[in-house]
Amino acid sequence: MEVLLYTALFAPLVGSLFAALFGAKPKMLITGIVTSSLLGVSLIASTILLVFVLSSGQFVQVELMTWMATGDLYIPFGFIVDQVSVTMMMVVTLVSTVVHVYAIGYMDHDKGFNRFFSWLSAFVFSMLVLVMSDNFAGLFIGWEGVGLCSWGLIGFWYHKESATWAANEAFIMNRIADLGMLIGIFLVYWNTGTLQYHEAFAAMPSLETSTLVWIGIFLFVGAMGKSAQFPLHTWLADAMEGPTPVSALIHAATMVTAGVYLVVRSNELYSLIPNVGLFIASLGAFVAIFAATMALVNRDIKRVIAYSTLSQLGYMFAAAGLGAYWVALFHLMAHAFFKALLFLGGGNVMHAMSDELDPFKMGGLGKTMKGTMILMTLASVALAGIFPLAGFFSKDLILEVAFIDHHFIIYSVLLLTAGLTAFYSFRIIALIFHGEDRHTSLGFHPHEAYKFMLWAMAPLAVLAVIAGALKGTYFEMVTAVLPATEYHVHSATTYWIMTIGTQLFVIAAIYFAYKKYMSKDIKVPDGTSAMENSFKYKLLINQYYIPHFYEEYLVKPYRELSRVFWKQVDQKVVDASVDGIANIFYATGENTRTMQSGNLSTMLKWMVAGAVALLSLAVVFGLAVRHSDEIKTILSGLGV
Amino acid sequence: MMEIGLNHYLVLSTILFSIGLIGVMRRKNLLMLFFATEILLNSVNIAFAAISHFYGDLTGQMFAFFVIAIAASEVAVGLGLLIVWHKRHNAIDLDLMSTMRG
Repeated sequence: MEVLLYTALFAPLVGSLFAALFGAKPKMLITGIVTSSLLGVSLIASTILLVFVLSSGQFVQVELMTWMATGDLYIPFGFIVDQVSVTMMMVVTLVSTVVHVYAIGYMDHDKGFNRFFSWLSAFVFSMLVLVMSDNFAGLFIGWEGVGLCSWGLIGFWYHKESATWAANEAFIMNRIADLGMLIGIFLVYWNTGTLQYHEAFAAMPSLETSTLVWIGIFLFVGAMGKSAQFPLHTWLADAMEGPTPVSALIHAATMVTAGVYLVVRSNELYSLIPNVGLFIASLGAFVAIFAATMALVNRDIKRVIAYSTLSQLGYMFAAAGLGAYWVALFHLMAHAFFKALLFLGGGNVMHAMSDELDPFKMGGLGKTMKGTMILMTLASVALAGIFPLAGFFSKDLILEVAFIDHHFIIYSVLLLTAGLTAFYSFRIIALIFHGEDRHTSLGFHPHEAYKFMLWAMAPLAVLAVIAGALKGTYFEMVTAVLPATEYHVHSATTYWIMTIGTQLFVIAAIYFAYKKYMSKDIKVPDGTSAMENSFKYKLLINQYYIPHFYEEYLVKPYRELSRVFWKQVDQKVVDASVDGIANIFYATGENTRTMQSGNLSTMLKWMVAGAVALLSLAVVFGLAVRHSDEIKTILSGLGV
Repeated sequence: MMEIGLNHYLVLSTILFSIGLIGVMRRKNLLMLFFATEILLNSVNIAFAAISHFYGDLTGQMFAFFVIAIAASEVAVGLGLLIVWHKRHNAIDLDLMSTMRG
């Protein structure tokens, strides 16, 4: 089993290094094929591990080597494949294999083809380190690794100003959050004396509650950054500057769910501090509706899907915060499948429309892009949570969890969000694929993507449909390590009312979206309609003015402060002292240069002067040593 | 009539050393510079011999011999160079020797 574990972990790294060899070369198809097949190897290894874990109920733990061993600190490079990490491994390897194959077609004409695959595989490796590590230190390495790869891939088209800006924004925001996470990890070590998960969690029940609360809060700050929770959410929408396969893999299916994974992995900690859990759940519910409202009006397909991701992450945190860790992980898995599918479909549309992202300029694309339309509609249905697709089982379960735990505010917020989700998902579906043809007059000639790209998406589509059926097996498996709370509404009547009510609500939202956006009156908005000038619309399209707020009240004062420090402190104090020291030497040299006249007589005079000076010093010191006692008395008399 | 003691020798040595030092600094004639150097060395020799006698230890006098030997060979080499220099430039003025100027 160990060999399989290492294969699953290191195959992507090998692929990445292979592609990196040709990083600066023009496109070579082989890099895409090698990385994709190595990902396939990793997927197969993960699947075998999954089968092993499923059938035996055991876990595989290995220690690759010692990393740090100083004094009491001992941190190995240890990896664990248990029920939780094998779920994550399956999600990561499956989605990334699909995305790799898809990207061969998507990045077909890109100059940086080889570089792209190198980064993408490096990302998968980092993500696997993150989920497979058996200690917080390894988790942190993976955490930073995915952050780095995300930076490299958001800014992949580095000649675009906006892309580099977005990459830096994502990186910096994540660093801010990582500081919190690092403090959390330090606190864990400080209080438990170990970073190994099982030892640390075993030691936690004996700690004081206040300590646990701080650990929980700081670790969650890290999770907030990576999973783009309010108020660190702005980077995720801007991260859509990266190529679409990246958005699908990193900013929808895997990396952004690392925060959820962290909370799930630390379930033993969060179970001890239900108040922090409630805070997480409330924040999750808030982010769910907050992001969903922003998605309602946005005119950029990828951003709509990004907000939708944000909103679904909110759902996951709501579930995890309420203690339903297995539900959170299940939604994470289901969401990864249909959201990646949705993004890849969006990528097809974007390709067809020569990188145009405004759905109002499309319309009627369903005629030319039938395959993409079916896949995207399927993904949206799954996202909206219609029976019997994946979203129904995972998302409605979260609603039930909130209901059963009597958190009715969270429940209503999440229910409302479910309606909004359905509405905005089908808003873009309707705008892109149905209704009047608005693109031909704008000079677009869309074409369907390569066949193999559609086939690559097929496994995701299948999983988006059937993932719900795996719920039972999945529950059996993960509850070996996660709290096995089953959520059943007590009265059958209530259950049916809730389920059918939710379904009807969602279907109504879908119907409304179709009705509103398939009509012939839809035109490309030009900023004149009453709706576009209303306060609500402006608030939403400007993302609640939060980026504006950050710019005005954080970035600008900071820039001003930096300027002051630059001008006043750096230039006048630091630079001045360094330059001053250099100038002293210059001046000394300049002034004493005349000593080197080359005249033997002068030199001899200097030599004598030097000898006299040294001799005087020797005499003075000699006297001082001889009379040290008297000197001390005099000095103490002077009060020194 | 007072006894001639160690101090007298040391004072003589100091006076000679000062004369030699002033000579080294002031003289512009290379030959005179050699003389001044000889005075310096011999002032040290006097001090060596006197102190050696005072302590009844022969090491100092042995050292003085070494100094004499070294001084002799130094003068031999120095005078040789001086003659060559005089043949070429027809002068032994120190101020004219400034090829070492930086």
